[in-house]
Amino acid sequence: MAEFSEKYIITDEIKADEYLVNIGPQHPSTHGVLRLLTRLEGEIVHNVEPHIGYIHSGIEKMTEALSYPQIVHLTDRMDYLSAHMNNEAVCLCVENALQVEVPERVKYIRTIFDELQRLASHQLWWCASGMDLGALTAFFYGLRDREDILDIFEETCGARLTLNYSVPGGVMFDIHPNFQKSVKAFITKFRKKLPEYDKLLTDNIIFQNRTKGVGVLSKEDAIAFGVTGPTGRASGFSCDVRKHHPYSAYPYIKFDEKLGTDGDSFMRWKVRMDEMWESMNIIEQLIDNIPEGDFAVKMKGVIKLPEGEFYQRVESARGEFGVYIVSDGKKNPYRVKFRSPGFSNLFTINHIAKGWKIADLVAIMATFDLVIPDIDR
Amino acid sequence: MAFEKYDFTPITQSIHQALIENVSPLLTTIIEWTIIGVLYLLFIAVFGLFLVYAERKVCAAFQQRLGPMRVGPWGLLQTIADFIKLLMKELITPKSVDKFLYNLAPFIVIIVPFLTISVIPFAPGLQSLDFDIGIFFVTAVSSVGVIGVLLAGWASNNKYSLIGGMRSGAQIVSYELSVGMSLITMVILAGTMQVSEIVELQRGGWFLFKGHIPALIAFTVFVIAGTAETNRGPFDLAEAESELTAGFHTEYSGIKFAFFFLAEYINLFIVAAMATIVFLGGWMPFHFGDWAAFNNVMDFIPGLVWFFLKVFGIIFLIMWFKWTFPRLRIDQILTLEWKYLLPINLFNILLMATMVLLGWHW
Repeated sequence: MAEFSEKYIITDEIKADEYLVNIGPQHPSTHGVLRLLTRLEGEIVHNVEPHIGYIHSGIEKMTEALSYPQIVHLTDRMDYLSAHMNNEAVCLCVENALQVEVPERVKYIRTIFDELQRLASHQLWWCASGMDLGALTAFFYGLRDREDILDIFEETCGARLTLNYSVPGGVMFDIHPNFQKSVKAFITKFRKKLPEYDKLLTDNIIFQNRTKGVGVLSKEDAIAFGVTGPTGRASGFSCDVRKHHPYSAYPYIKFDEKLGTDGDSFMRWKVRMDEMWESMNIIEQLIDNIPEGDFAVKMKGVIKLPEGEFYQRVESARGEFGVYIVSDGKKNPYRVKFRSPGFSNLFTINHIAKGWKIADLVAIMATFDLVIPDIDR
Repeated sequence: MAFEKYDFTPITQSIHQALIENVSPLLTTIIEWTIIGVLYLLFIAVFGLFLVYAERKVCAAFQQRLGPMRVGPWGLLQTIADFIKLLMKELITPKSVDKFLYNLAPFIVIIVPFLTISVIPFAPGLQSLDFDIGIFFVTAVSSVGVIGVLLAGWASNNKYSLIGGMRSGAQIVSYELSVGMSLITMVILAGTMQVSEIVELQRGGWFLFKGHIPALIAFTVFVIAGTAETNRGPFDLAEAESELTAGFHTEYSGIKFAFFFLAEYINLFIVAAMATIVFLGGWMPFHFGDWAAFNNVMDFIPGLVWFFLKVFGIIFLIMWFKWTFPRLRIDQILTLEWKYLLPINLFNILLMATMVLLGWHW
């Protein structure tokens, strides 16, 4: 442990030739109210100290006064880009605690929504990263194609961003009659669009120079920092919850866990791009086989969890999202802890951005796919 | 020649004659200077606004949007409305800035395009300053702009501005070499630095075709270096908005910001105009070998139209770069210049000199 703290310690003394720059809380590339207190020498980053909490909303504390179905509605305000995964995590946790078996149909619907949500999230990440690196046109292409997914969400559950679709015991409504048709149409269309994205940025020589070898996160460090999701997988850390602890319909399907080797910004980019292809494969396996049946099981009016501690993890678009509920048998939880992927991912930034230039810090942040409310909760 | 009928010389001559016959020579000079000054001022203001509009429309086309559509037909009045807004905005001077330098910087930046534009021949006879070191004058004057940018970055008392200013200093000083060298390559071919003569020499064929391989290399280098010198994407490190918010002009507001903004677009025009004059024959029409009919049709298009057609072509190309490529990093941008463009340029000068000596050009 001593070795760890020496290696990754954040020192706050300012040496000669160094100066402090506050990147954020209001800054175009932090995508929210994150403040990075950066110590620079000229353009070179010597130290990055993330200061969080500017959008802390006390969701964990609020949940102690709410019933379990109500908690679900708070979770999509955390990582708003993987709203459905967050909802699902709470629902799965409650269902497991009560040992309720949800219908097969629900599992399929939830998994399809998971993957659609992952596609939407990765697209927003793709286009926003392009913008961070200075390719503004990418931003519009990404948002244009993300719109189709949001339309599909809207068709079924009325919401576009904060879905609130999962409820303990199932989903809130049955899928829209057009759902399968529009998802298939979207996938056909998006399979053609994705190579365009590669042409615009991934294959671009300037883009590759900006990202290749920049901000390398080794596998050991990824594990030590608890980095999960595509960011961890780019370092070669096999951490896909969908593979290792399958939930919903993931046990029924075949898919690859995309693993990177280098752990640099380009590999983080590549892993996410590959994940978009994989998400489409998953959806295609499920979309035609949604079983008939109920879209929810009848739950009691007041849900009370048995006394004890319950944990459920899901793979959100950013990594492992965990819900830890301590129940004392009442209708409100005694204590709830959310394990948000962004929090663990963010704090590697000092370690990997040291010695790189300020422009690389932006590239590293872009490929980390940070969502600030997810970090602050 | 048919296109000689669009010559502006008779008009300017007759104005001069009318003045000199009626008033004293001193007053004539003053009046002529005033007219020219006002015309340039008008041109820069109107053309700057038009370029902003064009950029927004081009960018919108690349991004599958419509761009400004609300103010006036097709949003034509949008930039005018924006300009009025900028004029009426409060001029903020932040605390503890170096007031004199802070206020001086935008003026230095805006003076440069006014000086450079004076040697540009828009059409036959439409050029205010035609002297024998025209090309040298352009390269010399255009390097003054970097002082304004450095001052703005330094005097703003803002770390982002400082980083932006320093980046811009390093970048412009480096790329000036490439711009100068590629112009020198063409001066070797032309044998003169007088702008009007350079255009006149291209009557038989544009230098891009006359000088074939070295001219093509010089043209490519010039467009790249010119883009870098105007601080435009993918070389817009000085104002890299995702890194430095707005770089060297972060702290400027109102009309002072408008000066930086206008200067950027007029510099864009000047880079395009220089490329047009030196490589694409200025206001000369496009001729193809001995296709007499084709050449005659081309001659019917006035020189002014030819000039602006070519300029817009290059401006569109530079805008295309900006809306496609991601931004380079500062060390990469300097590597590109010192390790690639400069050696290529030096070799190219040798090549061109050899070619001119041996008479291998058309």
